Amino acid sequence: MLLIPCPYCGPRSEEEFSYGNEAHIARPKAPEKLSDAEWAEYLFMRSNTKGVFLERWMHAQGCRRWFNVARDTVSYEILAVYEMGKKPPKLKMSTKV
Amino acid sequence: MPTRYSIFSLLRNALGYHQDWPEAWRSPEPKPSYEVVIVGGGGHGLATAYYLAKEHGITDVAVIERGWLGGGNTGRNTTVVRSNYLWDESAALYEFALKLWEGLSQELNFNVMFSQRGVLNLAHNQHDLRELSRRINANRLNGVDSEFLGPAQIKQLVPLIDLRAGGRYPVLGGSLQRRGGTARHDAVAWGYARGADARGVDIIQECPVTGFRIEAGRVTGVETGKGFIGAKKVAIAVAGHSSVMAELAGFRMPVTSVPLQALVSEPVKPALDTVVMSNAVHAYISQSNKGEFVIGAGADKYVGYAQRGSLPVTEETLAAVCELFPSLRRMRMMRQWGGIVDTCPDASPILGKTPVGGLYMNCGWGTGGFKSTPGSGWVYAHTVAHDEPHELNAPFTLDRFRTGYLIDEHGAAAVAH
Repeated sequence: MLLIPCPYCGPRSEEEFSYGNEAHIARPKAPEKLSDAEWAEYLFMRSNTKGVFLERWMHAQGCRRWFNVARDTVSYEILAVYEMGKKPPKLKMSTKV
Repeated sequence: MPTRYSIFSLLRNALGYHQDWPEAWRSPEPKPSYEVVIVGGGGHGLATAYYLAKEHGITDVAVIERGWLGGGNTGRNTTVVRSNYLWDESAALYEFALKLWEGLSQELNFNVMFSQRGVLNLAHNQHDLRELSRRINANRLNGVDSEFLGPAQIKQLVPLIDLRAGGRYPVLGGSLQRRGGTARHDAVAWGYARGADARGVDIIQECPVTGFRIEAGRVTGVETGKGFIGAKKVAIAVAGHSSVMAELAGFRMPVTSVPLQALVSEPVKPALDTVVMSNAVHAYISQSNKGEFVIGAGADKYVGYAQRGSLPVTEETLAAVCELFPSLRRMRMMRQWGGIVDTCPDASPILGKTPVGGLYMNCGWGTGGFKSTPGSGWVYAHTVAHDEPHELNAPFTLDRFRTGYLIDEHGAAAVAH
């Protein structure tokens, strides 16, 4: 069970949050020019990282604000929390096999 | 060839105090190269090896497993087998698997304890009821047995269930697939392993795959913990780690890996002889032959590779189970665990070719991989042997996310994924 440090409300139980999966997926700037393969990449393909994963959470039962989390998907350790629109902090981003 | 299991071999070995049973499969060191290397020694990988050898005559095959046979999702599921899926493509695939299940113990000469005790799906509100009726009709049109039961019939079939009015989850009806049921999950892995080994397949355990060797867009082998193993074709069947394997091979997958939870109670006398599933609350329950209640819970909502689930999911499921079966409220749970399931955006599997030549992928079964084991192995073996999909898995390509030909079984497939 995760204790998620909401940057606005402080640490709360994971039950209070909803999940937004992978962070930093940019919406295409010119969607009308995208090929089917590029649409598939944008809509469906995900990193699904084993290791440090950048993801989005929303404090649904609190401030209702979105933010980014860097979390290890094996140990579940939360390594960093940062605001939407910010670049991720420098972390060792290795994928585990 | 290993000893054929029968009443006679049992009697003969009983005379020797069961000291002389031969090993069920060998544990060979890997050869420098094989025609086909299968990555993943779970049910799907072993079934693929078995059918490659038996149906296609390809015996120069190695199954490479990181841990031990069936130690992943094969040994972690809740053993439910059914085929009442909504869409034509899924119904065909799962029904084919169910037909293989019906003869599997004879086929493998290994008792997989397939018990067609019936699978009951409950409807708790009007919407559930309409969806359920639609699915029953779709099933019947596809030749999949499925019937509607009213509350009185449900009570007759499952006396343990509480149908007094006013409950948190009133039961308005249910769909029953009588040919559905449960099977002993470890036995499926062991049976296929024994059958494949007897036909010359090398099963290599404790051998993680750490990379793929790819030359000119074609796979030539795998890097493993026991060195490089050459292969003309490589078939991946690793469930939760599919994205990790794809990344090693240089392409991306549309899957998300989450831990799906299950629990078992202390063993008690027989009280429930049907599998009862509830779509709305994502709880399913059956009683194993040992007497334990096997309870399937939901999955965590976030990406995770730790083989355990989080407590809120357990709590929610147990609350629903206690509501439906108040007599179980004082049961104690013995074990709780999680298996990493790879879910696709459309809750249907990916079974076929990848962007790399000679490399095949079997993944995305999400919460429903166990029931499809024989069918999956059959069509995957066909795909690998012919470099073309079998007609049953032709719709389940990776390319469907580009073409838009999705097979959306979300919520439609009798459980919410």
